Amino acid sequence: MAMFILRRVGVMILTALCLTFIVFFLTNLYPNLEKLAKTQGNFRMTDEEVASYLGRNGYLQPMPVKYGQWLGVVPGFVIEDQDGVTRGHCISQDTSPEDAPRFCGILQGDWGYSTVFKEDVGHIVGEKLALTGKLMFWVMLLMVPSALILGVLAGMREGSRTDRTLSTVAITTTATPEYVSGVLFIAVFASSAVGLKWFKGTATSAADGATFENFFLPVLTIALYGMGYIARMTRASMAEVMTAQYIRTARLKGVSFPNIVVKHALRNALIAPFTVIMLQFPWLLNGVVIVETLFNYKGFGWTLVQAAGNNDIELLLGVSVISVIVVLVTQLISDIGYVYLNPRISVT
Amino acid sequence: MDALSWGEIILRILWQFMPVWIALVVTFALSMRFRRHLGLYGKLFDSPIGMIGYGMVMFWVFTGIFGGAFDMIVTHGVLEQSATMKNKGPGTPFSQLMGTPDPNAYPFYLLGGDNLGRDVFSRMVVGAWEVIKIAPFASLFAFMVGITLGLPSGYYGGRLDTVLSFFANLILAFPVILLFYLLVTPEIVLTGIPVYMAAVLFVFPIVFLVLLWNSRYHTQPSRRNLYVGVTLVIGLWLYLGIAWDADPLGLVSFPPNLLVVFVAVVFVNSPTVFRIVRGLTMDIKTRDYVAAAQTRGERPWYIMLWEILPNARGPLLVDFCLRIGYTTILLGTLGFFGLGLSPESPDWGSTINEGRKLLSLYLHPALPPAFALLSLVLGLNLLADGLREESLRD
Repeated sequence: MAMFILRRVGVMILTALCLTFIVFFLTNLYPNLEKLAKTQGNFRMTDEEVASYLGRNGYLQPMPVKYGQWLGVVPGFVIEDQDGVTRGHCISQDTSPEDAPRFCGILQGDWGYSTVFKEDVGHIVGEKLALTGKLMFWVMLLMVPSALILGVLAGMREGSRTDRTLSTVAITTTATPEYVSGVLFIAVFASSAVGLKWFKGTATSAADGATFENFFLPVLTIALYGMGYIARMTRASMAEVMTAQYIRTARLKGVSFPNIVVKHALRNALIAPFTVIMLQFPWLLNGVVIVETLFNYKGFGWTLVQAAGNNDIELLLGVSVISVIVVLVTQLISDIGYVYLNPRISVT
Repeated sequence: MDALSWGEIILRILWQFMPVWIALVVTFALSMRFRRHLGLYGKLFDSPIGMIGYGMVMFWVFTGIFGGAFDMIVTHGVLEQSATMKNKGPGTPFSQLMGTPDPNAYPFYLLGGDNLGRDVFSRMVVGAWEVIKIAPFASLFAFMVGITLGLPSGYYGGRLDTVLSFFANLILAFPVILLFYLLVTPEIVLTGIPVYMAAVLFVFPIVFLVLLWNSRYHTQPSRRNLYVGVTLVIGLWLYLGIAWDADPLGLVSFPPNLLVVFVAVVFVNSPTVFRIVRGLTMDIKTRDYVAAAQTRGERPWYIMLWEILPNARGPLLVDFCLRIGYTTILLGTLGFFGLGLSPESPDWGSTINEGRKLLSLYLHPALPPAFALLSLVLGLNLLADGLREESLRD
């Protein structure tokens, strides 16, 4: 088991390095840098001025070197300028070149500086992540129990009318992307054109104090899309378990149907949905981006859109690193948990 | 002229869709009549769910073809603006502030006007065409890539499998929206990376077909040469035109911004298909008929493409339907974030995005494309469900 976990962690780190390099490569392509130079300097810079600006700020070094510096395994560059000012990757305005550390990458906790928010990337990412964490917590709280109940109810009597109805509901929710269901919910429950106005159409105020009124619609919108998928997995798994020999034995020896479902079937039927729930995270991340944009909730997904839309390279890198790590860690947990929960699988 | 009542609006909309109804009735009548001779497609008509799903899908397919390609259902041009029709509700009589209105113009905006005074109904209809002309082909390309790589990966296993699976997992671990934001921006298009990706991805269909013919007919060289030759000539011609925009005859070309969208969608979908094909191959290669083919001395690609692949068709067909639905959702996501497609494009994602900004006051610009997208994806899901049920039965 320890060997298995170790190998998985190794693969995970390799994947994370590859992915961050891809993001780094794509964000640091020359057209992006040119745009950055023009937004930082002025829009009428000539090509030579752009090149000299980028050179002065260390953007024109070879890509692997830049990546190493950003990661913190290669010493930050130091450039002596013609005007006598020493610039460097690790030298900020209030530290002198002598005191600056040699390494300053994300491994040292230095995430860079956001050009849009004029703040430390690490600080922004932490703050936004907490807001999205709050959203995700409520999404999970709503999505997982309702999906499991839906799936178990549908799967315990396969082919019955309950099964057909619930399966159709599940299919409908998987067919409704967040930007459709969100728009429908806002139209029905928040718009003055319909006049119900039960909820608020924006969740901006939920960042300070979440109430049922301003937070329920975004939570419901994300939860609904993921719910159908988990429910269908649970249903399939439950239906399979219900045909197993030991369930028939339990029935024949006279155990009541509710008892069979709760005591015998449920535990085995929940192994597969566990993996699915963990693997839902990358999809939920998409949902978060869409819903936070739609409801103007200033969390992690909203930050991603702002960073990508405004060519804020260091912020975008920080956001990507976090989302890649979240996805990879949940995949790892799902793999290990599956092996741990399912006694039929042995890794040795 | 007075505005139309809701009953009149519905009747007029149903009337506008007349070509679609006729096509649907013909399709269903013919399919029902000959369903015993049509294999799995015919069996679809035994399952009510599958039939409903198929009906919903075909409705939008016909709407897209008649409305988008033949200009039949639409009542007004999708880009024509009329200042007096700005945000007007459904059924408002058509009027123009400047110029004399065309006397032959349709007298109403059936589903109202959007915030630039364009006809919501016509935009919804043409939006179907935007989806129909990308989603099925993007899914098909993703399948070609996934099958061409997934079959050897599952069949041979070993180091090849490890490397390919690693790359597939790499792409799968990317949040899709981040990938879109990185790939589908004007700056990245300037560097030419999407063109290189297209160049790599679009080779796979040609490779797939050449392998397919070669493995089947390599004992009959004349036939093999004919098939492979035709595939190569047509394939390379299309390849040069579509991927590199360098068609020597100047006939085939592909709008650059559409190419980026297409490549991004294929790229996101391929690893999932790869994983499915790989899993199915690993399962099927332990069967007796594969062992029989191996004993007969068949070559690996023949076994993969002509023994394993046909026996994996059921699950693949089901996934193909689901994947078209997922691709539709992805295209909508791209439109929703204003990536790739032009801002005036009538595709559903962009229209929803435009409509949502005024949602607290006007519902009519956002809701029709939202329901359209919902019903198409739901139809595809139901169709997949019906296919799954029927293919499991035999």
